[in-house]
Amino acid sequence: MTMKYLPGVSTLKLEAAKCIGCGMCAKVCPHAVFWIEARKAVITDVDLCMECGACAGNCPTEALSVKKGVGCAQAVRMGFLRGTEPDCGCGDGSSCC
Amino acid sequence: MQQRAQKILMPFRTAAAPAAAFEPVSSEYLPADRLAAWKARWGINRMAYKVKPGLYALGEPTAASPVFASANYKLSFDALRTSLKGFSSWLLVLDTKGINVWCAAGKGTFGTLELARSIREAGLEKLVSHRSITLPQLGAPGVSAHRVKAYTGFSVNYGPVRAEDLPEFLRQGGKATAEMRRVRFNFPDRIVLAPVQFVYFGKYFVPAAALLYLAGLKADAALTAAALLAGSVLVPALLPWLPGRAFAIKSAAAGLAAIAVLAPFLPFDPYQLGARLFIYAAAASFVGLDFTGASTYTSLSGVRKEMRLAMPAQALSVLAGLAALAARRFL
Repeated sequence: MTMKYLPGVSTLKLEAAKCIGCGMCAKVCPHAVFWIEARKAVITDVDLCMECGACAGNCPTEALSVKKGVGCAQAVRMGFLRGTEPDCGCGDGSSCC
Repeated sequence: MQQRAQKILMPFRTAAAPAAAFEPVSSEYLPADRLAAWKARWGINRMAYKVKPGLYALGEPTAASPVFASANYKLSFDALRTSLKGFSSWLLVLDTKGINVWCAAGKGTFGTLELARSIREAGLEKLVSHRSITLPQLGAPGVSAHRVKAYTGFSVNYGPVRAEDLPEFLRQGGKATAEMRRVRFNFPDRIVLAPVQFVYFGKYFVPAAALLYLAGLKADAALTAAALLAGSVLVPALLPWLPGRAFAIKSAAAGLAAIAVLAPFLPFDPYQLGARLFIYAAAASFVGLDFTGASTYTSLSGVRKEMRLAMPAQALSVLAGLAALAARRFL
């Protein structure tokens, strides 16, 4: 199935100047958002990004940034009710993940 | 973060690593494992699926054998050990509080610090002659490979997304194909997630339907059950074919479809049925919106955007339906 969610919302940013082309982002991304071209990472389609944060956390030069989070309505609701960041509360018998 | 980690971890660097203690484990998938997986999928006693964190020996591993990390959730650990049939290896189970790899990585419990701590606690540097550990790719949101290397000396090699691809990954010398690196969300992946959604919302919808039934509103009881089934089962089953990108819209469509199927059997005139479309499609939309959390591709920014519109729309839709029914009664 097509794995595209809402367009134009992802917070993923790539600072090409900092990129050393190591390819870690392409390796860890579960949606093949990155492509390495001429020793630089390139974002192929940012709308495929689910903001899991794997790329940014594994980028050794901090060329990538993304506001990492879980795309889970229950987590957003819980966060809103508790006044915290979205937290799925997995482990409290919730249904998510 | 880095400084704090150094402070926590550095003392262990010089202290003698404890003698490696490990437990043997089998790669067999037994009927008891199948039963546990089934119960977990239905949300029965879901916190009972913790595996003891620590080091396990699969087969007869030596100092040269590979090391694989996993979460202390039974379904994650079972996927790993049963995929490694015939490969003697070390399995390092992190304490992720009984949560699967991907969700734990999102929370950070399957993370850099826990991995570094586990490597030290297991005495891995004395146990193996190499300095490499293979992680499930979906552990990457919680782990910084370069930090793990700095803290422990071990290189993180990200394996495939699915444990079932490990034998092929190992045959290719620890390299994953592009296909192994992508998550999927095909029908089998989606439908196994339906029961837990159904059970979770069933806690509210089943008693509501029972009350409506007892109050003599049999058709409304049926529609309540239909909204539950639409949001928790039809949405996972039909996700790619439901219209729109937003889950609230897909789920409202599933709700409308379910009501349309029931319509010929309902004792309502078009006005009464129309009012109920607003109520029960909104209910299905609310249930189905939560499937974003089970999906493999929704982002937090997207869910936030969707909810800002969907939650008021769902509430208004229910109110409009109820108002229409009340107006008919009193006017």
